[in-house]
Amino acid sequence: MLSLISHDTPRSKILTVILLAIGIGLLFAPFLFPGSRSMETAARIAVFIVLVASYDLMLGYGGIVSFAHTMFFGFGAYGIAIASDTLGRGFSSLAIGAIAGILVSAVAAVLIGLISLRVRAIFFAMITLAIASAFAVLVSQLSTITGGEDGINYQIPRELTPAFKLMSAKIFDVSVNGKLLNYYLLFFCSAGLFLIMLRIVNSPFGSVLKAIRENDFRAEAIGYRVVIYRTAVTSISAAIAAAAGALYAIWLRYVGPGTALSTEIMVDILLMVVIGGMGTMWGAVVGATVFVLAQNYLQPLMQVAVDATKPLPLIPQLLDPDRWLLWLGLLFILSVYFFPTGIVGRLRKNG
Amino acid sequence: MTAHSLAPEHKPKMEAPSIKQLASRHAPLLLTIALIIAGYFAVGSAQTWLTLTVAGLAMGMMIFIMASGVTIVFGLMDIINFGHGAFISIGAFVGASTLAAMGGFAGADNIGLNLIAMGAAILTAIVATALIGWLFERLIVAPVYGNHLSQILTTMGGLIITEQLIHVFWGPDQIFMPKPEALKGAIVVFGAAIEKYRIFAVGVGLVLFAAMMWVMAKTRLGLIVRAGVENPEMVESLGYRIKRLFIYVFMAGSALAGLGGVMWGSYQEIVTASIGFQSMILVFIVVIIGGLGSVGGCFMGALMVGLLNNYTAFAAPKLALVSNIALMVCILMWRPQGMYPVVKAK
Repeated sequence: MLSLISHDTPRSKILTVILLAIGIGLLFAPFLFPGSRSMETAARIAVFIVLVASYDLMLGYGGIVSFAHTMFFGFGAYGIAIASDTLGRGFSSLAIGAIAGILVSAVAAVLIGLISLRVRAIFFAMITLAIASAFAVLVSQLSTITGGEDGINYQIPRELTPAFKLMSAKIFDVSVNGKLLNYYLLFFCSAGLFLIMLRIVNSPFGSVLKAIRENDFRAEAIGYRVVIYRTAVTSISAAIAAAAGALYAIWLRYVGPGTALSTEIMVDILLMVVIGGMGTMWGAVVGATVFVLAQNYLQPLMQVAVDATKPLPLIPQLLDPDRWLLWLGLLFILSVYFFPTGIVGRLRKNG
Repeated sequence: MTAHSLAPEHKPKMEAPSIKQLASRHAPLLLTIALIIAGYFAVGSAQTWLTLTVAGLAMGMMIFIMASGVTIVFGLMDIINFGHGAFISIGAFVGASTLAAMGGFAGADNIGLNLIAMGAAILTAIVATALIGWLFERLIVAPVYGNHLSQILTTMGGLIITEQLIHVFWGPDQIFMPKPEALKGAIVVFGAAIEKYRIFAVGVGLVLFAAMMWVMAKTRLGLIVRAGVENPEMVESLGYRIKRLFIYVFMAGSALAGLGGVMWGSYQEIVTASIGFQSMILVFIVVIIGGLGSVGGCFMGALMVGLLNNYTAFAAPKLALVSNIALMVCILMWRPQGMYPVVKAK
């Protein structure tokens, strides 16, 4: 059991309880929280755990800030969408789309890494911002291939849709259909990817990354080629992000700039990493779960607050659900200042 | 035997730089000229080419105004400000509000009144962004000096907050920002239509560039700033309060962004809160191409990006932004630190 999580234990009792709750909650989500909305939430949490963990691989372990993570995510998602759209529905299209997306993503990351990382790590942040924005513009313009702003709706194999009934009986009042299969495909792939990442950061390779993060100059002096390590981790991270994108695309059966490429997702990822805790894979789990839940259930509360404060000046505008990002931004800066290790770091310190 | 003859005979002389060295030093300038010439052959028609070239230069100048703050702040303070776009947005919104408030002046059929309105818009934007820049430096940047990773994160957070606050104060919709009457329309030169506003932008950009170069090269302030870029500890140990200088430079950089925001906003005539973030894409390309920390490099980089953007927008509209990325990649393969690498004494 311990070797499954690469002996990287949570090292805090409260954290262990939280993580177990999240894991069990996601594993039995369709039965514990029936209803399509909570299934959507659970799937989103699972995908974002992988996406955020892959981002943390770069940020928390490599010490590199990237703004192209949604682009890598988008490569995977659009890979599935374009393959299913052009090759027709079927498992082979899904496989081709996913593999193509992952490969393009990994290669693009290597190229960007080699251009920018050999000079300065901060170049990477600026260059990825420029390239990701250019890519988003290009995707919305090449509407014949990508569907432009409207995105693409496509069909996935019938076995993964609600129309497919595995058995007529219900288990705990939940019908066993393709949707359930789709959820478990997503869940187990996400769990697998997460365990792989946990393995990577606890390998000798991961130790070198941590050394580079702490002091790249010294790591170079000891004899590690910093550029190679940083480029490698970028590439791995990009490939996993693309895999997460592919999983999410299979789940949603729709891909568009809003779900796969927008800057808003990039901001969400940054917030999840920082809130959960940089430099630990468990942080991604906590961060993504807390954030997605808050996004789904706190935003409606803001509307309530707006209605309550209607007569006051300015306050209703500040509390408007559309100003959600304002409060997140504030929370983000405060966490970087005061809790740079995030929720996980806090819990570990106390426990 | 006199002491005079003890000294060895030598006649120091400066070796004139060879053609190759000169070409290498002025390569960015030559490249920009080559780009203009290549643009002529790509476009084909002389009139269109002239229009596009002026448009490219105008765009370049406006990007330069927006980008110069990033490069100066980085050069002196070693701070990479991802929140720079916030000042561009604020500048544009404050400028638009001022222009709207002075609608009578801006809409009058009198070039003097028009310029007063534009001047007032620029002035209010500069004052507002300088003040907010001061706040930004104190609240968001100061706690994370020396840590690039945290800087990128907090300044990005600052950008998000500022964008949202603009929505709170100016509403969620885009606002219209008409140019003053005298800057509307075009004049015809050699059969080519050239927008008046573009000539205005080129003029403002050139004056600003000249002024910056003069301040850097001829004044005491410029001397301290240049010394600070090379070795801040030494400047501090010589008795200058480098921290205070940092704040002034940050405010100046923010004010430049505000000015750029007004110029860019009234060029597009439509202002949205995300104008700053969108401009940051080109700003980053420009400062990377030019060499982080170099004002001259930023200027040449901005011109190249502006020109290339306009030529490709004419030839293949969808590839305008991609062509700039390609330009950046090519330049980085040629000179990994940018066209004018800034060497630090560290």
